[in-house]
Amino acid sequence: MHIEVRNLNKQFGDFHAVRDVSFTIEKGHLIGLLGPSGGGKTSILRMLAGLETPTSGDIEFLGQRVNDLPPQERGIGFVFQNYALFKHMTVFDNIAFGLKIKKQSKEQIKKRVMELVELTGLLGFEQRYPHQLSGGQRQRVAFARALAPEPQLLLLDEPFAAIDAKIRTELRTWLKELIERVGITSIFVTHDQEEAIEVADEIMIINKGRLEQKGTPWDIYKSPETPFVAGFIGESTIIENIGSIHGFEEAAALQGTKALIRPEYIEIGKPGEIGLASAAMEGRVKALHFRGSEWMVEIEAGNAKLITYRSLEKEVLHPGDALSVLVHRAYLFNDNESWIMENKLKEDPMPIYI
Amino acid sequence: MKKVWIPITYLIFIILIIIPLIRIFTGAMGDGWGGFSDALSRPEALHALMMTGLITIVVTIINTLFGVMLSLYLVRAEWLSGKLKQLLNSVLDLPFAVSPIIGGLMIVLLLGPNTALGSLLNDAGISIVYAFPGMVIATLFVTFPMMVREIMPVLQEIGSSQEEAASTLGAYSWYTFWKVTWPAIRWGVIYGVVLTVARCFGEFGAVLVVSGNIINKTQTATTLVYQDVENFNVTAANGVALVLAAFSVGLLLLMEWAKKRKEVH
Repeated sequence: MHIEVRNLNKQFGDFHAVRDVSFTIEKGHLIGLLGPSGGGKTSILRMLAGLETPTSGDIEFLGQRVNDLPPQERGIGFVFQNYALFKHMTVFDNIAFGLKIKKQSKEQIKKRVMELVELTGLLGFEQRYPHQLSGGQRQRVAFARALAPEPQLLLLDEPFAAIDAKIRTELRTWLKELIERVGITSIFVTHDQEEAIEVADEIMIINKGRLEQKGTPWDIYKSPETPFVAGFIGESTIIENIGSIHGFEEAAALQGTKALIRPEYIEIGKPGEIGLASAAMEGRVKALHFRGSEWMVEIEAGNAKLITYRSLEKEVLHPGDALSVLVHRAYLFNDNESWIMENKLKEDPMPIYI
Repeated sequence: MKKVWIPITYLIFIILIIIPLIRIFTGAMGDGWGGFSDALSRPEALHALMMTGLITIVVTIINTLFGVMLSLYLVRAEWLSGKLKQLLNSVLDLPFAVSPIIGGLMIVLLLGPNTALGSLLNDAGISIVYAFPGMVIATLFVTFPMMVREIMPVLQEIGSSQEEAASTLGAYSWYTFWKVTWPAIRWGVIYGVVLTVARCFGEFGAVLVVSGNIINKTQTATTLVYQDVENFNVTAANGVALVLAAFSVGLLLLMEWAKKRKEVH
């Protein structure tokens, strides 16, 4: 196991920023720390780097406890949110900084820097100063600088936060490919779930200092373990009285059970359009919003308000139209437990074979 | 309205600054070049200028060293609690708020020959008040905030992330200071040095109280001017004053140049 963290805690005065976090990371994996702002993600990253001292708990790299090692000796590369480039140094000198400390020869330094300049697509910009570069270029310099001394672990704090939306997507793909090519274990912090899902091999969801769930993006999406994860990943509507949703009446028997329903769990059609008519219920279009590539439809069904999407290819709906609404599944939770339930009426109790 | 205000502004500028400067110049040259050089070549004048120069050098060195260190601690140190930093930060401005004469008096009351601490040091053969060390302390008291107030905003503005980046790249504090922090605060320090030097040249009140103004011993250029005026030796007073004024003008020009360089970087 490359990295192992056990019962990590961090307190800033009265504020408990990180609570009892434990996890392991395999070599070469790209991990996304995802969660709302102020949830303790950056604190975890800074403790791994040695920039912050844990209040309690252990951090191990390759089986060796590194708690007492200063950042200088941990063999990590850190990409800061605002890049923290050395303003008075050229791109070349920025990237060479870590190599000069290692007292490498001039030729070695030049070779390694040019290698990284080429890898990050910064050829021709070596003699520029950071203020002469665009946001995306600065990010790449920060990345090259962190990689130069060949660290065993790369930590990235909100690496795309300061870049405009269009370049961000491009840079994400670029970074993922690059990290794969270099083969370095990496952890990045983000509050953008789309980013985490797209880039990470594994996601750790952090909320209020706790690790809520760790798993592949698909696992987390498919089977969220806590109500927070279910609500945080993907879009969803919370339904207070689950009994009003056709097919989930049983669940209402348990006191205090609520449901979380994602847009993609819902199928809608004009009355009669849906195949499994017995499992569907009647509803009405409340409002329509155009979302660029599809319609977002607000529905009133039973006593509940639901949200789903509808393809532009299908017949255009109007507010007030009657609908047939089929809820395929719901994520149910109460104070004690949480589980996923399929629509009971979808399985025909008396199948007829023809 | 404009037609009235512009001339008035110029008039005030001329009355307050230009005329006194010309007056000092003509006063110093009142007895011709010879009178000016005689006034300056008096042994007490040479000694006074030397004292001012020595105090300036010692104070500037100490102030730069400790000013940089205190700024670093006040901005960066995590082992100082926030409240303590706030307190230190506001106490730091005391010399700006307190009259220099009171500053000098505090030193006399603390370290003077009649105090416990002063007599103890006296017995050990070290005299502070009415001697060079006291004058240095008094000038330090007056100039101390200047360096810190120049450097602290720069340190706050650049933040600690560049230094943290250096540490993750393997650099220890000394290397980080010279390669990362120093280039960022360099022009702030130069600016602080210029202000400190200018203030050392001009300091009067605190030094007067602490030095006792003993001719050929603890007299500085400014206190000599004061004494010459008292003795109605106006030409001599103007001569020494002209030298001080010329230095100050030179410094201001240097500061303008430093500012321009700061903007370039």
